[in-house]
Amino acid sequence: MATDTQLDLWEVFIQSRNGSHHTHAGSVHASDRKMALQNARDIYTRRGEGSSIWVVPANSIVASNPDDADMFFDPADDKVYRHPTFYVMPEGAKQI
Amino acid sequence: MADINELKYTYSLRLADNAWILSHRLSEWCSNGPFLEEDLALTNIALDLIGRAQAFYNYAAELEGKGRTADDWAYRRNERQYYNNLLAEMPNGNFADTIARQLFMSVYEYYFFMSLQNSKDETFAALAAKTLKEVKYHIVHAADWVVRLGDGTAESHNKIQQAINGLWMYTGELFDTDETDIMLSEQGIGVDNQSLQTLWETHISEVLEEATLKIPEAEYMQTGGRQGIHTEHLGRMLGEMQYLQRAYPDAKW
Repeated sequence: MATDTQLDLWEVFIQSRNGSHHTHAGSVHASDRKMALQNARDIYTRRGEGSSIWVVPANSIVASNPDDADMFFDPADDKVYRHPTFYVMPEGAKQI
Repeated sequence: MADINELKYTYSLRLADNAWILSHRLSEWCSNGPFLEEDLALTNIALDLIGRAQAFYNYAAELEGKGRTADDWAYRRNERQYYNNLLAEMPNGNFADTIARQLFMSVYEYYFFMSLQNSKDETFAALAAKTLKEVKYHIVHAADWVVRLGDGTAESHNKIQQAINGLWMYTGELFDTDETDIMLSEQGIGVDNQSLQTLWETHISEVLEEATLKIPEAEYMQTGGRQGIHTEHLGRMLGEMQYLQRAYPDAKW
């Protein structure tokens, strides 16, 4: 794989409007925090997409390892009782 | 006394030309930026400037009342009929040259439009308020880069210092004040251009100081752009910019 020579990598999260959560939009290259924020602004919010931006150094993100997928995620597959819909609402109950 | 509409027409045309010519310079960076993100940042500023140029050309057209359009001014004039400041037409040079030019222009524009937003002319005031939001960002972008380069490596420091020294002689013209400026300023329509010089110098000094750069000694200041007397660079730029409209008049897509 070719080495990335384009400064450090930052992940960009955009909030589309007040109150909603920040969603991952993509990434930018930048040498410092201010540049990362400005580059994110110039690339991801030029057409009115956002009202707030977060940038995070890509190397600060802790990611799960694909090799751990069976241990991490498979056990969730067959536990229907973890979903509230598994339980029958007692007749006449207004709130549970 | 010259007709007030005529003065406003000249004023609007000058503002449009400054935005238009600088915009074209910045657009020359498209696909040539030092890296993708900066390429987009520079062309993004170019797009802000195109929008501004169009607005002021449209207003000039309205004041003139002869049915001309923004395109007529942009593409159908000769060099001597452009009234932009010489600084706006200076070549991109290296990245430091472009950034120094942008800082000088944007800081000037910031104080200019701060004042113009109080204009008694409603269109000027409204356009100034809109422009101001864009210019604030242009300053942040340029100033951050000046500091990064000035306070960076020995090579980046030297390049930005050379850029600042080389362009300095074109900054005096920004504060040029002729009859149009004086008459419109007295009427509360235009800006007292000279009063901006101290504000500009203070602002620039602060940025250069933070960037560990030296402020050039005051020297001879080249003027002429606002009278249509340009440097050799504008003609070449127009040659490229106007090629399509000259070769295929009224071409559309």
